[in-house]
This record gives sequence, structure tokens and C-alpha cells, in this order.
Amino acid sequence: MSLLGLPAQASSFAPKVDALFYAVTAVTCAVAIAIFLTLIVFGIRYRSGSPTRRAEDVPAAQARARKRFELAWTLIPLLLFLSAFGWAGRLYVERDEPPADAMVVFVVAKQWMWKAQHASGQREIDELHVPVGQPIRLVMTSQDVIHSFFVPAFRLKQDVLPGRYTEMWFTPTKAGRFHLFCAEYCGTDHSHMGGDVVVADRAEFQRWLTAHGGAPDMAARGEALFREYGCSGCHGANAAVHAPNLAGIYGKPVPLADGTTTVADDRYIRDSILLPQREVVAGYAPIMPSFAGRIGDEEIFDLIAYVRSLADTRDRPR
Amino acid sequence: MSTTLPLPDDASNGAAPRATSQSSYLDAGMTVRSWLTTHDHKRIAILYTLSITAFFFIGGVVATMMRIELATPDGDLVSAETYNKLFTMHGVVMVWFFLIPSIPATLGNFLVPLMIGARDLAFPRLNLASWYLYVAGGAFTIAALVLGGVDTGWTFYAPFSTLYSNTHVIYVLAGVFVVGFSSILTGLNFIVTIHKMRAPGLTWFRLPLFVWANYATAAILVLATPVLAMTLVLLAVERIAGIGIFDPALGGDPLLFQHLFWFYSHPAVYIMVLPAMGVVSEIVACFARNPIFGYRTMAYAIIAIAVVGFLVWGHHMFVSGQSTYAGVVFSMLSFLVAIPSAVKVFNWTATLWHGRITYAAPMLYALGFIGLFTVGGMTGLFLASLALDVQLTDTYFVVAHFHYIMVGGSVSAYLGGIHFWWPKITGRLYSDRWARFAAILLFVGFNFTFFPQYLLGIAGMPRRYHQYPPEFQTLNVLSSAGAVILALGYLLPLLYLGWSLFRGPRANANPWHATGLEWQTPSPPPQHNFASIPEVTEPPYAYRPDRLGREVVQAREGTR
Repeated sequence: MSLLGLPAQASSFAPKVDALFYAVTAVTCAVAIAIFLTLIVFGIRYRSGSPTRRAEDVPAAQARARKRFELAWTLIPLLLFLSAFGWAGRLYVERDEPPADAMVVFVVAKQWMWKAQHASGQREIDELHVPVGQPIRLVMTSQDVIHSFFVPAFRLKQDVLPGRYTEMWFTPTKAGRFHLFCAEYCGTDHSHMGGDVVVADRAEFQRWLTAHGGAPDMAARGEALFREYGCSGCHGANAAVHAPNLAGIYGKPVPLADGTTTVADDRYIRDSILLPQREVVAGYAPIMPSFAGRIGDEEIFDLIAYVRSLADTRDRPR
Repeated sequence: MSTTLPLPDDASNGAAPRATSQSSYLDAGMTVRSWLTTHDHKRIAILYTLSITAFFFIGGVVATMMRIELATPDGDLVSAETYNKLFTMHGVVMVWFFLIPSIPATLGNFLVPLMIGARDLAFPRLNLASWYLYVAGGAFTIAALVLGGVDTGWTFYAPFSTLYSNTHVIYVLAGVFVVGFSSILTGLNFIVTIHKMRAPGLTWFRLPLFVWANYATAAILVLATPVLAMTLVLLAVERIAGIGIFDPALGGDPLLFQHLFWFYSHPAVYIMVLPAMGVVSEIVACFARNPIFGYRTMAYAIIAIAVVGFLVWGHHMFVSGQSTYAGVVFSMLSFLVAIPSAVKVFNWTATLWHGRITYAAPMLYALGFIGLFTVGGMTGLFLASLALDVQLTDTYFVVAHFHYIMVGGSVSAYLGGIHFWWPKITGRLYSDRWARFAAILLFVGFNFTFFPQYLLGIAGMPRRYHQYPPEFQTLNVLSSAGAVILALGYLLPLLYLGWSLFRGPRANANPWHATGLEWQTPSPPPQHNFASIPEVTEPPYAYRPDRLGREVVQAREGTR
């Protein structure tokens, strides 16, 4: 606990948010105290029966004072507000720009638990293990209602929605266990839906990965699913059907049949599986069936990891 | 404001009884039937006052149970399911059945016609219909409570409310839908009345700020409430018929619900606070014996808040998944809407300058409003600051913030207004000593209850938590202890105002020596308000401090 009871600072974001918090606190407190002192001074000085001299013509005195003060006490708050707006806005936009080398962890929320899966195959529930100093990007979705991933020590919170991906990134700066809360009311056990983010130094994190390893990594699981669901029948190397080659597309622009262009990111891959008719690649027939209702959120994450693993190759998947 | 009509009751005579040539509105019929079929705006205001008071205490009992539960970290008094139903009921009842109608439907209903020199609202029958709609909406809500409650939170976020909640959601949706029409009709009535029925000489810039505030509020009621009604219908359609509107599993968009809901519910905050600002302006001017500092600025500020207030709803959604750049725009607009609010605080403060201030109970409530509204407004700036909102939203910081605005602000002003106009409404005086004690007790109890919640939010405690990590207990115990003081503070006025109703000394037409047309007719007012329609020749708040400041003190001594 620090000044005013802010939680520990455990992400690269936290000191920046706290600096802004203290600045806004200082300025608002100063202004509030000035207002309260003025109220008290006027309240005593101009109490009924006090000997203080009053203006002969109060409305005229008020009109003169307005000319001097009213513009000032409109413009000064405006300037202060614009400064806070700019400062806070810059930080908020930064929250939207993960570094390119961020390690991706996929998170699925459901009533009332958090499930995380690491690219190297480890899965965990109500815990998230991350190494100090490594930028982490969470790709999150919900299986049911809206939840919110809130780690006070990171000064970050992001709602997690069904039917779409939201993201959040951070660089942990301090080893330790930090509260993970659900911050969006989600039903009966909302207040039980939480756990810990465990930040460990790199060596310890490696030990944790090894201890919980053994399962195939996400890309390998995705490759198996790719065959299991029959994706390879059309997108595979020997397919007779005319379907797009998925090798090397991850993160690249894709021209669409309607003339627009989108980026083949996590969202696009997910939507292509569940809503294949929505954004058809230019030059291909809209023949892909929807897998909505047949494939789970965690499996889609595995498939995304697989397509991502093909990013560097030019060969068609087998 | 002076008038040319002969007053039935000499305003400067402190001992005048209420006996007049006309019988008062209270004597116009004693039967229950005469009350339930009345078209008199003053009687309808009384009906509203009784109903919202009942709902206030229902919401208060529920809040008390929540504060007792939160005294310990474990969920030991009630189950998680019950706790969720408690905060849902607290929110629904307090927002729609107390705060939204509080000042407009009671004081506004009673005073707007009196303040503009009219004999009633433009549509008296519609006014009664509004109250019946309120009662019908209340019946649905009580039904939901009796049948077992609702656990969606007052915000009804989809898809939880449409697909996942197994409680009586439809009853509450129906209750809020119906009570919304009560709001719309009241708003419509006020707009037409203020446009068409002002007394001769009462130009727009001679209107008391209370009328300006109710006018702006009425506009919001008429423009925003239909959006809420439509949104609730869409929720019901998805819940009952399974037609996908908000649930992505059915092809809907849950953020669409949040946009529609907050498009109403943010302006709703201004529905609650603008009339409070109107009340405070009347009280501060009267007890400082000064004109309002910058009257025109104050009127424009009310309009500015009402207009810009429609453009800031997205600040409830900074972490919702809404686009980052939408967040940036909504943040900017939220800072802008704070400017007129800040100017109002400065101008109330400046109104005291060169005044002759007395501290009767209404003035204490008004000063309490200014203090608590200032704190609530300042902490609103934290939440408008994007990166700070990311940390503070959906924590107790937000809970503390909106309680400072709506309870510390609006409820203080409502009670201040009730105390200020009580002699006018009932024709009786109350014990000023007890009233001042209650005002101070409420101020202390309020801060004791809600200030620790700011600290809880800063420490990271999420809202709507039935149980919480033990490190948050100290602040929660403080808050719960404060709630005991607050509860006593809310019960006190029931006692001494109840006593006043039957035993209080008779009030004359104008016990505070206030300006304004409502003080120029007897207390309580005759059935048709004015013997002859007054004519207005002066700006509002034409206080003459040198002479009248002294007289107010004497009037107050007489009420002890």
C-alpha cells in the first residue's frame, strides 16, 4: 500500500497512471480547499449581524465582480481540464498499442472462472503466470456473459465479451502474487470470480513452464484440430477445393470480395470460422460452412495459434 | 419580485394567520376519494411525496442490509444470490422510484405553477395520470420484489439479463418501462406550462432558477426517456422471444445495449441533479439576502449541462471494448460538461459575498449540497480522465462518486427544498433546532459512509462484491458505521416534520421573507393559487439585504 492506499505498482503502466493520479488529486484538492475556505470565510464575514461593511448596491457590485472573475473561473478550469484530458488520453492510447514482441496468452472467461492458455501448451484456471520484464498481450473472450479482467496492481482493466475478442497488454515489473478480480457484474458468484496473477522472475517462470509442460503446444493442438474438423480438406496442400492458402497470412492484409481490405488477425480468423460468409477473400467462392456451435472458444484459440505458426512459411498446410 | 396585486396576506407581518378569504387546497376535500381524483398540482405533489418517501425507505432498508453484510469480508448474513438481489433492488428503487421523480414531481409539481403565477399545470388530468403510472410501475417493481427479486443490477447488462438470469427480470423491466411514461408526461406538462402560462411580465430571464432547472430537466425527460423505453422493450423481446439483439450467441451486440442504456442513463444523472441545483439557488439567495451572482450565467449553465449531458454517455464504457478513439472523444466532452457545473459552484459561493447570511435548516442543507456536490464533481474528473478511469471504473470509487452527486447532492437539496417550502406546503412551521441538527447529522453520516468508499476504490475493491479480500475490511466497517448515523439522520425529519404537521405553529405567507411569487399567496396556498394573477415587474432575487436580513433572524427565532 502506498500513499492514499493505491495498491503495489507491478506493471510498467502503474507508475505512469499513479503520477497522473497524484497530479489530479493535488490539483482537485487544492481547488476544493480553496472553494471550502472561501465558503467559510464568506460565511463568517458576511453572517447576519456582522459589522462587515457591505456594498451600497450589491447587484452593481456583483456586476463589476463578474466582469473581473467569471471569465477567469471559466477559462482556468478549462485549461486544467484540457491538460488532464491530454495526459490521461495519451496513456489510454498507449494501453491500446502492444509492443510487437509481446508474448500472447489467451484467456477465456466463463461464469465464474478465468481460464488461461499459454502458447507453449500450459493451461491454468484462476491463475495467470507471467515472467517479469516480458511484455504480455492477453487475447480474451467470454463463453457466456460480460466479465472484466482487472488487476489493480497493474492499473489495468478490460471487459471481456462473448462473441468477440478484447485485448490488454502489460509488462510486469515486480515479482509477487497480485489480485485478479472480475470487475463486471456477471451473476451469482461474481465476487468469487478471481484469483491471482503470479509474476515470477524469468528463471522461476521457466521452471513453472517446465513443471506444467508436457502437453502439446497450442499450435500443435491447432494442427490436430485442423485435420479433425476437416479444415485441411479445403485449405490443405492437396485440396481439390479452391480455398485460400493460410500459410504466411497471419497479420497480413487480405483483400476481400467487396473490395475492402482487412488484416488477418485473431478476430478475422475467429470470424472466418464462425461467420465465414461475412468477409470472403477476393477471388474465392463463399462456400465455407460455419462452425458456430460446433467448436469451442479454446479450440479456436488453438487454431489461431496454428495459423499464426504458419506465418513464416509459404507452404500450404498439410 | 414585486407585484401589483393586493396581497390577501401581508407578507411582512410575521404573525399573520393563514385565514383568508379563500379556503386552502388542503381544505378542498378531506376524503381519500377527493385526493385520489384530484387535478390540483399541489395535491398531486403531495401524493408523489408520500409515494417516493415510501420507496425511499424501501431502498434504504435494502441498503442497510447490504452495509451490514459488508461489515465482514465473508458472505455471512445473506447468500450471494440475495446480496445481488439487494443491490439490484436498491438501484432500481432509488433511481427510478425516488431520485428521478424526487424534486420535479414533488417540489416541481407544487412550485412551478406557483412560481410562474399560474393556477395549475397546463394539463392537470395528465398530471394525475402521471402519478397513476408511477404507482403502476411501482406495483410491478414491488411484485418482482415479493416474487423473489431480480439479480441483474439496475443496469440490466445483456446478455446476462436476457439469457442468463433466472429471476423476475420481466416484472422489473415492465415497472421501469411504465414509470418512464410517468416521467415523460410530467416533462411534457412542465414544458408546455413554462412556455405558455407565465404571468404577465414574467419574461424568461425573470424566471427563478428553480423553474429554469425544471424546464431543462423536463426537456431531458421527454427526449431521453423514450430511448430507455425502447431499450427495455428490446431486452424483453430478446428475453421472451429469443430474438437476437444484444446476445452475440443470437447474432446481437452487447455493446449496443450499453450505448442505448447510457444514452438515457447518463442524462438521467442530470435529471437528478439539475432540479437540485435549482433548489439550492433559491435557498442560497434567500438566506444570503442577495441576488444570485451571475443569474444569466447560471441559467445558461443549466441549459449547457442539459445539452452537453446528452453527448457524454460513452464515458461509462471506457473499458467496455468501445473503440479507443470513441473513448477519447467522450472523455473530452465529459470534461466540457464539468465546466458549467464548476461555474455554478463558484457562483453560489460568490452569492454569499456582501450578503447577510443566516443559517436556518434549509441553508445548512444547501451548503451541504455545495460541499458534497463539489467533492462528487471533483472525483468525476478522475473518472473522465481516461487512464484513471481504467483503474477506477467498476470499483467503489465510482460508487462513492455517484453517491456524492445523487445522495450527498440531490437528496440534500431535496431535503433542503422540503424544509424551505414546508411552511408554504403545509402552512406549518417545524422545529428549526431539530432540523439543523438533522442537517448536520446527515452531512456527517454521509461523509462517514461514503468517503471510505473512495479509498476502497483507490485500493482496488470492485463494486457489487458480496464478499471481499480481508484487507478491505477496515474501510468497509467505517462505511457501515457511518451508514448507521446516516440512517438516523434520514429518520429524524420524519419525526419532527410529522410533529409539525399536527402540532407545528401556523406559518404566515412568507416566513423566510423570500422573493418569488409562491411566497405572495397564503400558506398553504388557496385551491387556485392566486386570488388574481400577479404581474411581475422586477428581476428575480430582488433581495434588499439591509432591511430584510434582520427580519429573517427574528422569524427564525420564532420557530424554535
